[in-house]
Amino acid sequence: MTSSPAPIPALQIEGLEKSFGSLLVLRGIDLDVAEHEVVCLIGASGSGKSTLLRCINLIEPIDAGRIVIEGEEITALDVDVDRIRRRIGIVFQAYNLFPHMSVLDNIALAPRKVLRTPRAEAEAAATRLLDRFGLADKRLDYPDRLSGGQQQRVAIIRALAMQPDLLLLDEVTSALDPELVAEVLGVIRELAAGGMTMLIATHEMGFAREIADRVCFLDQGVICESGPPDQVFSDPREPRTRQFLQRIIDAGRL
Amino acid sequence: MNVTDARRRRDRRRALRASLLALASTVVVFGVLAWIVVNAPGWPAVQSSFLDGQVFAAALPGIVAAFFVNIQLFVAAEILVLIFGLVIAILRSVPGPVFFPVRLVATLYADIFRALPGLLVIFVLGFGIPGLGLVDPKTPPILYGILALTLVYSAYVSEVYRAGIESVHPSQDAAARSLGLSRWQSLRHVVVPQAVRRVVPPLLNDFIGLQKDTVLVSSIGVVEIFRTAQIKQAAAFNFTPYMAVALVFVVVTIPLARFTDVLIARDRRQAAGGRR
Repeated sequence: MTSSPAPIPALQIEGLEKSFGSLLVLRGIDLDVAEHEVVCLIGASGSGKSTLLRCINLIEPIDAGRIVIEGEEITALDVDVDRIRRRIGIVFQAYNLFPHMSVLDNIALAPRKVLRTPRAEAEAAATRLLDRFGLADKRLDYPDRLSGGQQQRVAIIRALAMQPDLLLLDEVTSALDPELVAEVLGVIRELAAGGMTMLIATHEMGFAREIADRVCFLDQGVICESGPPDQVFSDPREPRTRQFLQRIIDAGRL
Repeated sequence: MNVTDARRRRDRRRALRASLLALASTVVVFGVLAWIVVNAPGWPAVQSSFLDGQVFAAALPGIVAAFFVNIQLFVAAEILVLIFGLVIAILRSVPGPVFFPVRLVATLYADIFRALPGLLVIFVLGFGIPGLGLVDPKTPPILYGILALTLVYSAYVSEVYRAGIESVHPSQDAAARSLGLSRWQSLRHVVVPQAVRRVVPPLLNDFIGLQKDTVLVSSIGVVEIFRTAQIKQAAAFNFTPYMAVALVFVVVTIPLARFTDVLIARDRRQAAGGRR
């Protein structure tokens, strides 16, 4: 690496390729995310958005290329997967809360077991986070007592409790009833305002336009177009981006 | 009189008629069966040798007292089975090529001890271990019985646990791992607790089997309920003591079976309630 005056990006992806069997899902992704930047990934279902996020969190092994977090290559063969995952939070479409634990335990589990934070301290931190996002009264409830929107907010808080350098959000509103989407988007908006570095796969085009510093349109396993939201949504350069956005507009979703 | 009242009265009439029909058919079926048995040519002889009231009354206190040996057997074995079965299930679920020998041993254990008849294991351990000359020859044989039952039933129960572990959706493990928990931590704090909750009903089912199999330990010289009945049968030249044994097991097992049903019904309600 040559020394460079520019700050090291929070996330660098170079030539990332991933296939499932004979199906090539990602074919050469190049993407940099700066610290405090919010990048939204848009694209049709099956374009590889989720797979990209899962590769960054090392849930899926990659075939080629490299992923670098703050200067450290996390796709190196000898890397400690658990240590890397502590620094990257991911929130899933289906929340995946632990049903046998209270909200508080869901949030405090990883800080206690992974970071060895004493129980009282971990629970106090969890309570502060719940308070901040208006869920303090739910701290002793079990996940099945919460609405989908509340569960997804808890899932985001659970990821935040590990104080990650980077937060990956994988279609976090896609499983929610329309009236519950706003409360989850509100949480993400607040995180963006607080400077959290985020990579967000989403179908909520209006939201992406509002919150993103940069929008990347994924198509057939490559980033087809990338730019500021106003440019990508109002004046897309690539015909495939135009086509995709036209379908979204026709469906009344932008 | 309004329509609602009329409908309610009609429903009540129908319910009453259904109950009376059920009662009548039960009386007829069991009446006919009883009539056939009672009129069988050998009935008087069978009645006096299996259903002698006096012998029954005389045998029952001793039989019940001997049942405490069986209680010791199954309580000790059940506690050990709960632990050992889980250990085997976890060993079979440990991922990674390095642990292949561990998985192999755990798998072989579960396969072999499910294949072997329980009585055979009790015999081999009960007579074989003392023969080795490594343990105190005065070791009470009940300990070999507990060991044998633990080995046999842990093999079954490990499969029950394993099914429970595999029934926990992979997304739960993915969520735990994505938070930085290690494989072991995810298993310990996320997967196994959910698995254990799900397998309580089938586990109790195996315990009903274990409780009944405690009578097999009579074969290595433990004077428990069945051996006591044999002794009383030989003394009285009458099989009625076995009927007392049957009664004791029925009285103990049926509440456990009903309790299992209640748990299964509860699980089903929770599943219907949309628990993930």
